[in-house]
Amino acid sequence: MTDSKYFTTTKKGEIFELKAELNSDKKEKKKEAVKKVIASMTVGKDVSALFPDVVNCMQTDNLELKKLVYLYLMNYDCEDPNPLIRALAVRTMGCIRVDKITEYLCEPLRKCLKDEDPYVRKTAAVCVAKLHDINAQLVEDQGFLDTLKDLISDSNPMVVANAVAALSEIAESHPNSNLMDLNPQTINKLLTALNECTEWGQIFILDCLANYTPRDDRESQSICERVTPRLSHANSAVVLSAVKVLMKFMEMLPKDLDYYGTLLKKLAPPLVTLLSAEPELQYVALRNINLIVQRRPEILKHEMKVFFVKYNDPIYVKLEKLDIMIRLASQANIAQVLAELKEYATEVDVDFVRKAVRAIGRCAIKVEQSAERCVSTLLDLIQTKVNYVVQEAIVVIKDIFRKYPNKYESVIATLCENLDSLDEPEARAAMIWIVGEYAERIDNADELLESFLEGFHDESTQVQLQLLTAIVKLFLKKPTETQELVQQVLSLATQDSDNPDLRDRGYIYWRLLSTDPVAAKEVVLAEKPLISEETDLIEPTLLEELICHIGTLASVYHKPPSAFVEGSRGVQHKRLPGSTESGESESPDTASAAAVSDAPPAVIPSQGDLLGDLLNLDLTPPTTTGPPPPASSGMQMGAMDLLGGGLDSLIGAGFGAPPAAMPASFSAPVSGGLDDLFDLGGGVGMPMGAYSAPKTVWLPALKAKGLEISGTFARRSGVIQMEMTLTNKAMSVMTDFAIQFNRNSFGLAPAGPLQVLTPLSPNQSIEVTLPLNTVGPVMKMEPLNNLQIRAP
Amino acid sequence: MTPCRVNVKRWQAEMIHSLFVINHLGDIFLEKHWKSVISRSVCDYFFEAREKAVDPENVPPVLQTPHHYLISIYRGKLFFLSVIQTEVPPLFVIEFLHRVADTFQDYFGECSESVISDNVVIVYELLEEMLDNGFPLATESNVLKEMIRPPNILRSVVNTLTGGSNVGETLPQGQLSNIPWRRAGVKYTNNEAYFDVTEEIDAIVDKSGTTVSAEIQGVIEACVKLSGMPDLTMSFMNPRLLDDVSFHPCVRFRRWESERVLSFIPPDGNFTLMTYHISSQNLVAIPVYVKQSISFFEAGSCGRLDITIGPKQTMGKTVEDLKVTVHMPKAVLNANLTASQGNYTYDFTTKLLVWDIGKLNPQKLPNLRGSLSMQTGVPNPEENPSLNIDLKIQQLAISGLKVSRLDMYGETYKPFKGVKYVTKAGKFQVRT
Repeated sequence: MTDSKYFTTTKKGEIFELKAELNSDKKEKKKEAVKKVIASMTVGKDVSALFPDVVNCMQTDNLELKKLVYLYLMNYDCEDPNPLIRALAVRTMGCIRVDKITEYLCEPLRKCLKDEDPYVRKTAAVCVAKLHDINAQLVEDQGFLDTLKDLISDSNPMVVANAVAALSEIAESHPNSNLMDLNPQTINKLLTALNECTEWGQIFILDCLANYTPRDDRESQSICERVTPRLSHANSAVVLSAVKVLMKFMEMLPKDLDYYGTLLKKLAPPLVTLLSAEPELQYVALRNINLIVQRRPEILKHEMKVFFVKYNDPIYVKLEKLDIMIRLASQANIAQVLAELKEYATEVDVDFVRKAVRAIGRCAIKVEQSAERCVSTLLDLIQTKVNYVVQEAIVVIKDIFRKYPNKYESVIATLCENLDSLDEPEARAAMIWIVGEYAERIDNADELLESFLEGFHDESTQVQLQLLTAIVKLFLKKPTETQELVQQVLSLATQDSDNPDLRDRGYIYWRLLSTDPVAAKEVVLAEKPLISEETDLIEPTLLEELICHIGTLASVYHKPPSAFVEGSRGVQHKRLPGSTESGESESPDTASAAAVSDAPPAVIPSQGDLLGDLLNLDLTPPTTTGPPPPASSGMQMGAMDLLGGGLDSLIGAGFGAPPAAMPASFSAPVSGGLDDLFDLGGGVGMPMGAYSAPKTVWLPALKAKGLEISGTFARRSGVIQMEMTLTNKAMSVMTDFAIQFNRNSFGLAPAGPLQVLTPLSPNQSIEVTLPLNTVGPVMKMEPLNNLQIRAP
Repeated sequence: MTPCRVNVKRWQAEMIHSLFVINHLGDIFLEKHWKSVISRSVCDYFFEAREKAVDPENVPPVLQTPHHYLISIYRGKLFFLSVIQTEVPPLFVIEFLHRVADTFQDYFGECSESVISDNVVIVYELLEEMLDNGFPLATESNVLKEMIRPPNILRSVVNTLTGGSNVGETLPQGQLSNIPWRRAGVKYTNNEAYFDVTEEIDAIVDKSGTTVSAEIQGVIEACVKLSGMPDLTMSFMNPRLLDDVSFHPCVRFRRWESERVLSFIPPDGNFTLMTYHISSQNLVAIPVYVKQSISFFEAGSCGRLDITIGPKQTMGKTVEDLKVTVHMPKAVLNANLTASQGNYTYDFTTKLLVWDIGKLNPQKLPNLRGSLSMQTGVPNPEENPSLNIDLKIQQLAISGLKVSRLDMYGETYKPFKGVKYVTKAGKFQVRT
């Protein structure tokens, strides 16, 4: 006797059958029929045609049948003497998602909100949220929102919790409404209810508390004290919501306070406990712990071992644990961590193994004392000859070279032995970079690079660019033996390639080498800035915002909530409260404005700038975000002779005779080689039809509180111009734009003020043209296009 | 800047919009929508991820689709997949989904496709009670059981004959009180309260026998059948061991904070009183040691395996139900071994070598040795297999935790009381 019988169908047509049964005289048959209807619903069948028949079955005193009909669709019994029936009625009430009927619901709902029984009141509170979803205006007009606010002071904790839940939900659809008016009195009520309501209610209350900004550190401490017991709750969602409140309010506590230290200690055990829960819970916990250790590494610094990977952890847990292990790695525990990582590098899962190898490299860069040990571990791994392990190892060793130049070059020989086994672009590119960078120490560097050159056109762009640069480096270091090689690669890059990036870079090298080999040497062989210790850290303002959203989807994706699906929280960027001295009275909008102006410049532009590319600071293929020099085709390669006669033939074939106007452009002093780059187009005099690159997004809205900037550089009537499109993708008006040029390699500076006349309304775009000149201070080695945005 | 009011598209108020239950074949065999119906085609994103993950355990629990978030758990070979449209704490959803699975387990004795399909009406009634408009409503087993009776064979026969139902005729009062976890008017002729202290050792031991990490996951499960409104107090000999604890909502936290005793009005029946976690390694005894060598030879395409297990820190107790599981590399075709004690099996398809040992005799250590035959022509396995150990020690909580007293207030009868201890291996791994 199981329910599976309800699924059986007959030939006549199910709906027809059911209809007959629903109208049967026999109570039993009716009930069976309703059950069948429900069974059909569970498998997604449309049974709406049975609406009137099911409603007919309501006329029964059988509780089960009654409930079954309630399940299907309902009626309301708000006058029933039994509070549970009243509550059931009010529950079902909210399910009538028909606009016309809602008005009839108001009176019963109002009664239920004031019901003497708390169970009915708590159910009614949720119903307000349901009703608001159907008809928000009605709910406001009927004063239900005020009633809901009153329920926050209810004597019953469950009612308080549900009122909070309903209000937060309604407030979410009105980001700027002042529904949740939190003041010390309401906070006190919430804290009292917190101890007594259900686990789910506790989550609502804690999430609501997290939005409050305490007046001072004493209030902050007293709230923390009352929230800490929640850390021992069996429900992990309660624990994480409590952690959010504590992480946020902790910001206001003076660091020398005893309580501050106590609190730090109290936070570790619950976070560790979350890791013994089901894997899905672990995953969410780990994503959040990743944020927490970036903000306050001291909390978990002694808990490294709980992040050690077990071989039967799901892969998504393994990868997260690994990430946190690196964040927690320090001189004190590095030996242990490395032993673990080496262990992981022999596991089955390829993704995990790769990440483990990469992690060893990150350790080396993070903990200087461990670098040597990391390098030897990587060498051990290379000896395993497991193909993907070798390739990953070479990629990270390249990074280690960049962090500690001239220290570990002795391993190059070992690396070179594996040259043939590298088939992934990233590994090939890394190896080529190493050969180019240390060409003077590798006797057969030319042979090695030449071997790559054979299949030049089959290589990925990344490898091609890298090879081009490496050979130019080699040429500058050993000019006598490698002239032929460099000509070969320049020709391959400039003539036979369709890739504009490759061609551009080829031409630039060519011109550099031809006009001023000394300058070329200065540029190409310049000392490179060391790579940053933790390039993978989350940008601080984003981190602050994410800490305020611990436990939410934002914290899982490490993206600001504004980046989420329809109906995210709009413009409200949450910030951590500053320690006591900061102005707490800041209104939300000034706070967010402050956040904009506080936004620090991008930490290290890891890619995308032209000079960076020339030096090959980064191996990723150059994105076109940098202002590309107006690379007019059909160029001025006439002066190439500096490189020697060998190139003449190339030019002859490729470019034909230089135009008559050509020499003029070269009358500029050759030493100002960099200026020349910009003069390429102008000198020839192609004022209108000159090529200018299409606009690309320089600054995505995500990174600049909603201001998106795309732009390009162009030469119009001989004047260099920066043409930008500013788009306001935030929800509020932006005004007072200004621009500042950092010292850059081309001496570019604004020739006039930035003129943005209108205030920029949301979703509006404007075109701005800024004339530029090249009389600004020249900074040779700095990245070129650090755009810093100020929008006070 | 003045904030302007945004009219976001029609708001979806519910937190958990829909639930789909999916079997291992990828069939959706149950769906429940708490508001409007969402087409099951939304699950296609999940199926895509499922395919990519190869093993069902590896499907990421949170997935983003253009209009929804999909949050899923994997329990008993079933996926419970919820559809979310707004920013909802994912842990909240995952906890809830596990609670749903727990409830099915509790009601039907297992959580499988067949019992869910067989009890679809009860399932639907349960889901309706557990969530209202996306808000969890009644998730306590006690409360649910008062409203919706669990099925049993006798009752379903009676129901069929008499037209009775599985919905309780009396309405649950627990929901109305401040102790929602306990129903009123409980009556037993034999009043009894039993507690099981179970500790699981999670450990990683490296190939040299050094403990890499070790921790204890402890849980106190209770079976309390006491009449009326008993108020219980449990105290420990060594409460200091417990610095990382999670309690059932019935435990009064303040009492614990100030006096280190558990004071609570228990739910009726079975429940988890508390869980605890002991991570300081010097408190975690490792009951057995493993001597092993597993090697593969390129020539002859074979391998050797030799495993011996002996007692380490057993506190004078016997280790029982000892079992070793080895997840072999793909290339291992067969195992030709001799076990000095117990039996071994090697499953060619899952590559699992299971050695069931039984009781550990310290005088005669169990040993398993022999050769492994390997696929020819493939390179040597790159990975080293890990050993998983299962074991059980009765009448011992390995951390040394002991209950010293259990007192009852509020009622006058004398209950039977008892505490049982057991230690098990949790995720106990030995690397090779």
